[in-house]
Amino acid sequence: MNKKLYVARSPRIAARMLGEEMLVMSGQGSTLFTLNPTATILWQAADGATPLDEIVERRICSEFEVKPEEALRDAEALAEDLAKHGILLISDQPISERPIASPDVPAQEQPREQRR
Amino acid sequence: MSSIMQEVSDRALRLSVPLSVQLDLTYRCNEQCVHCYLDHDDHGEMTTVEIKHLLKEMAEAGVFILTLSGGEIFMRKDFFEILEYARSLTFCIKLKTNAVLIREAQAARLRDLGVESIQISIYSHRPEVHDAITKVPGSLRRSINAIRFLRAQGLKVVVANVLMTENMQDYHGVRALAEEIDANYTLDPTITPKMDGDRSIVDLNAGESALQRLFRDEAFVGNAEEFCAPPPAPDEDSMNALPCSAGHTACYVSPYGEFYPCVQFPLSCGNVRQQPFIDIWRNSEQLKEVRSIRLRNLSSCSQCAHGSTCTRCPGLAFMEGNMRGPSTADCEKSFARTGIPSANLLQKKGNASTPRLVQIQIVPSIRGARLSDVDVSARAVAS
Repeated sequence: MNKKLYVARSPRIAARMLGEEMLVMSGQGSTLFTLNPTATILWQAADGATPLDEIVERRICSEFEVKPEEALRDAEALAEDLAKHGILLISDQPISERPIASPDVPAQEQPREQRR
Repeated sequence: MSSIMQEVSDRALRLSVPLSVQLDLTYRCNEQCVHCYLDHDDHGEMTTVEIKHLLKEMAEAGVFILTLSGGEIFMRKDFFEILEYARSLTFCIKLKTNAVLIREAQAARLRDLGVESIQISIYSHRPEVHDAITKVPGSLRRSINAIRFLRAQGLKVVVANVLMTENMQDYHGVRALAEEIDANYTLDPTITPKMDGDRSIVDLNAGESALQRLFRDEAFVGNAEEFCAPPPAPDEDSMNALPCSAGHTACYVSPYGEFYPCVQFPLSCGNVRQQPFIDIWRNSEQLKEVRSIRLRNLSSCSQCAHGSTCTRCPGLAFMEGNMRGPSTADCEKSFARTGIPSANLLQKKGNASTPRLVQIQIVPSIRGARLSDVDVSARAVAS
């Protein structure tokens, strides 16, 4: 059985929804990123307590037509990429450091059509 | 501006989102700089509760980059409470400070709170010059110590070097100091009038010959021939371009809740104590007026040779009496850079009552580039 992975939003980043994309400023080198809707869902759900496979099952597979194994593989790659830039924390244990709040998506700016 | 930041700004403009706000927490200060444009007395600053309420409104309006400035931000006893609250709302926080009150403990707390950068004013590498400008003995030493504490925490520090007659000879020294203490460096050769309209401090601006030397200093501007080249003739795009982000994707709020398009543009658009932030942003008639400004409908500047490259500041123009008029400080920079007088300067040259501009002359064989404040990263230069 594969190890569970836990992900948490880094407490040292800044974030805001702009239209359909999440702006994220990483403290590492003051780098600005924009997250697409899939990455945004993953980032918003990264509370440090919910395993990545559950996030994928509940939040990704329910929104997109994608096989769970394939979605988990993509999510792991995405999480590692975000972690490299200091945007996410990854651990094989629940992460106790309190993640930064996730900005709400204003109701009028909810994407009408999700895309990958 | 990086391409991703440009994309984000363009999107914010399309969505009418105030992407970036400067909030001055106080005008009180522990330095008394000779060129300062503020009245340092407290005329009724917003309370902690009022500021937190405003921050919530700003976050809901989509503000992402929040610059906390003053006055001196650390003069507020509730500064860290405000900062902590702002970070809980996931703002990208930039601070502007003289850093005199920052010690190891404050630096560590700023790191823990995830501040993006701290801009610190340094006027000279020589204490006798810096301290004479701030009127606080020992202030240079304390500011430099603070920069070391902040860098030790891994925080990004920008040394802001405002140039005026008093320190015009020292910018090489300040940049070398920035390199030595591993800070970025930015230089601004513009002294602006006081916010109450008093223009007496404008006389501190570096003179034309000093600006000419700066704009031909390749250690700062890169290729001086390109930087000082004459501007291309204004085309349709430049005629329709926005002058700057003020009122379009950026704005300013004073410690008293006054809402302006920019810290350098004291046109009151409303007060956040009386009206929600987003209502002012969306509905202010003054902001609509600011947003309507295009080069093509400026009577003097639309006829000017510098139209395609000028960094005309609508706020400085407003302080001269007309937000649709020229900003003489920018005209003078364009002239110092290219040797070509602006339409405004030519007009004033013909007016015998304008004694400041008698020295106008055409500098031969200088060709144009974009005029902007010289902004050089010390680390980039070092590498």
